Amino acid sequence: MSNDATYHGPSEVVTTHDVHHDEHHVHHHKETFITKYVFSQDHKMIAKQFIVTGIVWAIIGGLFSVLFRLQLGFPNVDFPILETFFGRWAKGGHIQPEFYYALITMHGTVLVFFVLTAGLSGTFANLLIPLQIGARDMASPFLNMLSYWFFFTASIVMVSSLFVQTGPASGGWTSYAPLSALAEASEGSKVGMDLWLVSMALFVVSSLLGGLNYISTILNMRTKGMSMTRLPLTIWALFFTAILGVLSFPVLLSGFILLLFDRHAGTSFYLSDIVVNGHVLDNEGGSAILYQHLFWFLGHPEVYIIILPSMGIVSEVLSVNSRKPIFGYMAMIGSLFAIAILAFLVWAHHMFVTGLNPFLGSFFVLLTLLIAVPSAIKVFNWLTTIWRGNLRLAPSTLFSIGFVSLFISGGLTGIFLGNSTIDIHLHDTMFIVAHFHIVMGVASFFGMFAGVYHWFPKMFGRDINHTLGYIHFWVTMIGAYLIFWPMHYEGLAGMPRRYLDLTPWVSFNKFQTLNEMITIVSIIVFAVQLMFVFNFFYSMFKGRKVTSTNPWGANTLEWTTPINPGHGNWPGEIPEVHRWAYDYGKDGREFVMQTEPIGTNESKDH
Amino acid sequence: MTTFFIIAILALGFLITFQIAKASEYVSVLRGLEKARRQSNRINAFLLLLFLIGGLIGVYFCNESLKGRVLGEAASVQGEEIDLMLKITFYITGIVFFITQIALFWFAYKYQESDKRKPFYYPHNNKLEVIWTVIPALALTVLVGFGLYYWFKITGDAPKEAMQIEITGKQFGWEFRYPGRDKIFGKKYFRNVDPANNNPMGQIWDDAANRDDIWMEQEMHCVVNKPVKLIIGSKDVIHDVGLSHFRLKMDAVPGTPTTMWFTPKYTTKEMKVKENNPDFVYEISCDQMCGKGHTGMRGIIVVETQAEFDRWMAVKKPQYLVAHPDKDPSVKPAATDTTKATAAAVIIEAKGNFAKRKD
Repeated sequence: MSNDATYHGPSEVVTTHDVHHDEHHVHHHKETFITKYVFSQDHKMIAKQFIVTGIVWAIIGGLFSVLFRLQLGFPNVDFPILETFFGRWAKGGHIQPEFYYALITMHGTVLVFFVLTAGLSGTFANLLIPLQIGARDMASPFLNMLSYWFFFTASIVMVSSLFVQTGPASGGWTSYAPLSALAEASEGSKVGMDLWLVSMALFVVSSLLGGLNYISTILNMRTKGMSMTRLPLTIWALFFTAILGVLSFPVLLSGFILLLFDRHAGTSFYLSDIVVNGHVLDNEGGSAILYQHLFWFLGHPEVYIIILPSMGIVSEVLSVNSRKPIFGYMAMIGSLFAIAILAFLVWAHHMFVTGLNPFLGSFFVLLTLLIAVPSAIKVFNWLTTIWRGNLRLAPSTLFSIGFVSLFISGGLTGIFLGNSTIDIHLHDTMFIVAHFHIVMGVASFFGMFAGVYHWFPKMFGRDINHTLGYIHFWVTMIGAYLIFWPMHYEGLAGMPRRYLDLTPWVSFNKFQTLNEMITIVSIIVFAVQLMFVFNFFYSMFKGRKVTSTNPWGANTLEWTTPINPGHGNWPGEIPEVHRWAYDYGKDGREFVMQTEPIGTNESKDH
Repeated sequence: MTTFFIIAILALGFLITFQIAKASEYVSVLRGLEKARRQSNRINAFLLLLFLIGGLIGVYFCNESLKGRVLGEAASVQGEEIDLMLKITFYITGIVFFITQIALFWFAYKYQESDKRKPFYYPHNNKLEVIWTVIPALALTVLVGFGLYYWFKITGDAPKEAMQIEITGKQFGWEFRYPGRDKIFGKKYFRNVDPANNNPMGQIWDDAANRDDIWMEQEMHCVVNKPVKLIIGSKDVIHDVGLSHFRLKMDAVPGTPTTMWFTPKYTTKEMKVKENNPDFVYEISCDQMCGKGHTGMRGIIVVETQAEFDRWMAVKKPQYLVAHPDKDPSVKPAATDTTKATAAAVIIEAKGNFAKRKD
């Protein structure tokens, strides 16, 4: 409509933006390599830093899983090449127990925190929040930069722990005390554990700096007309993710600090009645279970910190590529909100067999299974979104469909585990490994891939190779199911997780061929991920240049910026928003961008 | 050498894939991007349908080939309840699984891009949303109801007649203590733990209840059809008493004793026949990661008849007497050296004593 010009002119908000922009415009000319690529305060560059670091970590974490899968699949085969690379950790080409446990610990830590938290929300919150809400940058670009560099420092410390003589932390990604508290109990609980704790503490700082920034940006810096209920679901998802992180990471940090005290200051927060290696310790009165409460108070919201951004990305990608509005926008926000609240109230379902009071446990059963309701709403809404759509099956769409499929599969097995009666049998078996890898590991990766394929043109002004994208999707999708689906059966047989050789066990040695198959498939899937990484970097420099500012025909604001937006995102004024983000196929029009004012003859919905 | 070959083959395969991908990109530019995009759209839509069909066959095949390897019938009364609960959940989630997965892939195939179709503008429908909020909520209520009923039954108090056994985890093995004839465990204190002086549990010898407590390692015996209550502890880090055939597990936490009880239904001998496996034993697996020896932390439970159990128990000597050979009535005060011969004699005599006490 023509009144949009009159709206823009005298507005104070716009004026400040203009000033802001001018500052940056001046700034542009003095930009050096260091300020542009290293200590950048541009949210888009920080997003790229997060994803590149995340990719490096994903390769390391993925490689670790291949190594311990070799041990699980072929416990009696020697791989001399392992000794070449890892020396005494793989004596005779055979992964040593300490090494095995270090590998699974690092695999978990790296993928949960460094890849699927920093790499996923770090990337997409940074990239999308200012672009989709219509802001020039984050509320505090400086803190945003610090957030990345704390993450980077945490990474350096974590990498360094891989090279200490006694090896990195090896008490599992949960690092349960007292195993993690007693240097005498395990090699990995020596200096490796200290480095792990320091690294995680730095990581918490990074996550808090990022999270506070995301929240304040979303609340305060939306462009004119962008009410909360006009935000794309990606932003809502990232908003709840940030809130979860800000409220739960400090609890984890406090748990870690108490652990550090127990390790070095002689306190007994988690320690009591311990005789380790024939050595009677002085500690009395502590509770080993306290650590688990503190850990899982973050640990459970953490899995939603991992999955929510993917849910947001998938909602956006499915709607754009179905050419159809997301079904039940308000229900989607409501279910995100319900999940975020419930995420804080279910942590003890990880502790049903710790001797937790069964009466208390029953509340956690109820609340845990309650999460299935908002999750079901989301699934049905995604299904209805693609129903009667006009699906463009770009790689991002395929990964989104894959996400929904995996989320269903993994979500349903969660109903088994959340019910404490069944959990008694399935707790700490391969069933839980299969469950969380499908629902939060692979599914979140699928959301991340969907995001990368969808926003690659926006990030780099070039298109990523789609043929490789299709190969990437199909191998990963089939591979993920081949790896994790049969694993449920191992768990139903009671096969414990974190075992390195099942052959001596009468109850669990029936799955050797299956374990070999899983290992071989995981090597193939890992190789295909390397292919994706290659595609990512190759396309970054050599991909076909994008010619349109809005290659997907999407409604959201990021596609109103130039193909390669500078710092400040919009060369002119920040556009004003007049409608929600999902007017696809409305009144016979393929898509109506958020910046287009409501027409006089437009139908009522939104 | 083979490893290098594998790496070389992977690298080559990768190179070929990449070249094909690049070539396909050039071809699509030549043929017209839009046309190429539509073609890959059709191919992928078809693949999605194929994945659905292949996936459903795969799920069936996987179930057929693996269900026989999942543990057979539960060997405890509690395990039966857990298996029933598993079955209820299996059917309810199974129905949802098939409906939603089929809908997902079928929609993706059916509604692939086509010029003939106009996407249906359908932003919300409150009635539908209420329906699919209420239905899952009802299904879950059923599951929670059943689940909690069994949960309280299983975690409730053990029957009074239950046999009590103390099980303690350590890096890396299991220790057991039976309360002996008085059915009372003597007091213990962790600072007294002293395996070198035959006090591995830290028993307080001044407590009279400790005089007849029996200690052993790695193998535990219990009686078929008689409830067993395990009092679970740990000496160093957290372990977990995992009894997969009984479908139970409970953490062993240092400083905080936990309990678990169950009623074994079949003796080990019966299970050997049932499982058709002469090597069958009930295994205790440590299910909570406890350090480098975690995988090898294997204990054994022997379930037997009352008569067999009594015979086995009869030869066990209380740990008090092992620690205090001078108090042992069966050992002559003069005999300071305990050679194998005298030890055997002690056992025979102890057996006699035990049998007498039973009467």
